[in-house]
This record gives sequence, C-alpha cells and structure tokens, in this order.
Amino acid sequence: MHIAVYLPLVLPALAMVSARWLAWRLEPRTATWLLTTSALALAAASSAALAILAATALGQLPLLAVVGHWSARVVGRNDPVSIAEALTACLLLAAAACATIRAAVRRVRAIVRAARESHRLRSAGRLAVLSDPAPDAYALPGLPGRIVVTAAMLDALDDRERSALLAHERTHLTGAHYLFVAVAELSAAANPLLYPVASAVRYSVERWADERAAKVTGDRHLVARTVGKAALLTDGYHKKPFATLAAARGKLRRAGPVPRRVQALLAAPPGSSPVVLVFALGVLALAAASTAEAAHDLLALLQIVGSP
Amino acid sequence: MDSSADHAAGGHRGRHQPRHAAPRRRSGELSGLVLEVLGQAGRPLTAGEVAELLEGTGVGPLAYTTVVTILSRLHVHGLADRSRVGRAYAYRAVADEAQLAARRMRRVLDAEDDRAAVLARFVGGLNARDEQVLRRLLGPDLASGSQARDDPRDGAE
Repeated sequence: MHIAVYLPLVLPALAMVSARWLAWRLEPRTATWLLTTSALALAAASSAALAILAATALGQLPLLAVVGHWSARVVGRNDPVSIAEALTACLLLAAAACATIRAAVRRVRAIVRAARESHRLRSAGRLAVLSDPAPDAYALPGLPGRIVVTAAMLDALDDRERSALLAHERTHLTGAHYLFVAVAELSAAANPLLYPVASAVRYSVERWADERAAKVTGDRHLVARTVGKAALLTDGYHKKPFATLAAARGKLRRAGPVPRRVQALLAAPPGSSPVVLVFALGVLALAAASTAEAAHDLLALLQIVGSP
Repeated sequence: MDSSADHAAGGHRGRHQPRHAAPRRRSGELSGLVLEVLGQAGRPLTAGEVAELLEGTGVGPLAYTTVVTILSRLHVHGLADRSRVGRAYAYRAVADEAQLAARRMRRVLDAEDDRAAVLARFVGGLNARDEQVLRRLLGPDLASGSQARDDPRDGAE
C-alpha cells in the first residue's frame, strides 16, 4: 500500500483551496457542474481510500486472523500500513458514514417539506405572492416548483426589475439547482475538507441564475441593479440581526457573495477557459486512478494472505 | 346534532369516529387546513360542518373532538371568531388568507436548519462592508434608496 492510497485523501485539500477561485473564474454553469461532480468524486474517492486502509486493519487483527486462517504477521510484514493508521481510518470512515446519513435524512426531509408547502400554496401559476412586510424572494423546489415573492419585495421593484428577479428564480427551478447544492453538501458531510467546495457550488448556482436572467432580459446592468437593490432592501429591513448573522458565518473578511455577483454582472459575461477545465478534470482523473491503484494493492495483499 | 359540551378540550367522543384511518398529520397542518376551510366558506361554520368539509377534501375521517379542539385553539389564538348558533358555536376565520400563508411559510422555513437546502434565496445577507461596496458599485442607480424601514421587528418572527 503505497502513495496511491493517500492521494485521494490529500486531493480534497487541493479542491478546498481552488474551489472559490474556480467559481469566480469559470462560466457559472460549467463551474456548477464541475464543482458538484468534483465534490462527489472526491468524497467517494477519499471514503474508498479510508475503507481500503481500514481493511488492512482487519488483516492485522490477531483475532480475525485466527478465525480466517491466515497469519497476522504475514499481513503485517507485507503491508506498510501500521495498525494504528488502519484503525484511525476505521474511525474516520465510521464518522463520515454517520455524518453523511444524518445529513442525507435531514436534507431529504427538508426538501419534501418544502415541496409540500409549495404544493399547498394557493396560486394559479408558478408565482406565489405572500403578503409579508419582510422583503424576500426565493424558489421552492417541488412538483411543481414555485417562486415565492413577498409583497414588500414586489412593491420595491419596478416592472423590469421584477422580470429580472423572476427570470433569476425561474432558472433555479428549471435547472434543479437544489440538487446540485444537495449533492455538494452531502459530499462535504462525508469529507469536511469539501465544505468550501459546497459553498462555492451555492455561489455558482446564484451566478448561473444571474447570467441567465441577464440573457433573458438582455440587460446585465438591470440584473445587477436588481440584485443590489434587493440586497440593500432586505438588509435594511432586518438591520442588525442580519449583520450579526453574517458575522457569525465569518464573512467579515472580504466582500460577500452579493457584491461579487453585482460586480460580475457589471463586467462582461464570463467566457470559457478550457485550460482550467482540463486541469480540474485531470485532478479528478488522478483521484480516480489512485483509488483504483490502491484497491488493486489491497486485492494483491489479500491474495498473499489467502494463499496457503 | 352538535353537543356544545364537546367543546372541552379532549372531551368525550360525541360522534363515534374511528381512529384516524388516514395518515397522522401534525396539528399545525390540520389547523392550517381548518383555517382554509373557514376562509373559503364565507359564512360561519360549526365544528360538524368543518369536519364534513375536511373529509371532502380528502384529509380522511377526523375525530369530531379533534376538529373541536383545533377550532377552540384557533379561537384562543385570535385566528377565528365564534358565535353561538343554537347550542353550538359557529366559527369564522379572522386573518387574511395571504397572511396565513405567509405566517405558515415563515414558520416552516424558520424551523429548517438547512434553509439553504430548501430555497434558493434571491439575495443573502450582507456583511459590514458589503453595503458600502454595493453603493459604490451601483451608485446613482440606487438613488431611490433602500427604503429601509425603521421597523423594530428585529426579524424575530
């Protein structure tokens, strides 16, 4: 068991530092797909690597060796993974499994509840207006999905800004963005190093919807203005609590996602950059390859153990 | 038909309804449904009429006492008015339909830990610097102002 098994455990760290940059640099739709599949692939690869390491522990446990008719010493001699390492991998794997299952259950329940609420909202079409003094607008996944806007938000925007807002939310529904976010966040539950990737996915689905709204309305500046206006309106309504919330999330260091979105909309539309894409795919291929290599090593080890 | 003595919460079963054949629903959902029924009716309804209407919407057979309990609770919370009709009470929804939807939605969503999972919000929170940055980027376009309300609500909904 050489370096191959450790590579999938290290690569998520690489994803961690590059995720935000990828979300800013790449065209949003590409970025969303890339980041989500990366998160999933890296979570799977790192979990597989942990499982492989943990499996070597089984071979070295004297108790199991007696039952399984092999020599624990033979296993230990042929495999450079210490038993301490292997047991640590066991624990990490168990923790990851628990965290992922819990997160998955919560996520599915939340989505189902949202879909049910969406279904019960009384509205003719896709749009539901709530008479709520707090300005808010969001897309609820469901069958059918709905766009929920409060009266306060609608009142504050003019006709064109409203259509920008609706185009943005509609993109979230037609693109099933809640799925991308769910996959990314579940991957992060399996491997916490991937949390930055999950938040990058959350950001890039917003950018995806912004860009689509800009295309539909034909006016990037309009969408930028709508986003900024809505943000200041919402922030102004909630005043301190929002700032406290943002501070609690540690966003004080640099400009948050909303100004970044406005900035991106005021600039030219992002182009594709094949170099970055190829590099990222290369990293994923490396993760897959090294996981396969480690699995192959494990099988070889088990064959040594198994032969009389 | 209706015994007003049944209005005690958890009183004896006036009508011998079987236990819920339909899947159990949380009482919050049922309250919402009852309010909807009241809102749609356009005239005060007795508990028996509400129960019948609910059955018609496919909620499944509800115990009469359940409906009575819900109506009493709604009355206590100021969401429904009641008036005497013979020996029973007739209830009428007080709050506006849309307001109820808003309130219910807010309750559902605030109860979710991962709110981000459930909805894709148009704009998220702003940190301390964000407001300045936004105003700098968009400048005169925001001249209409953010219509910031001095609402001491503090988001405590």
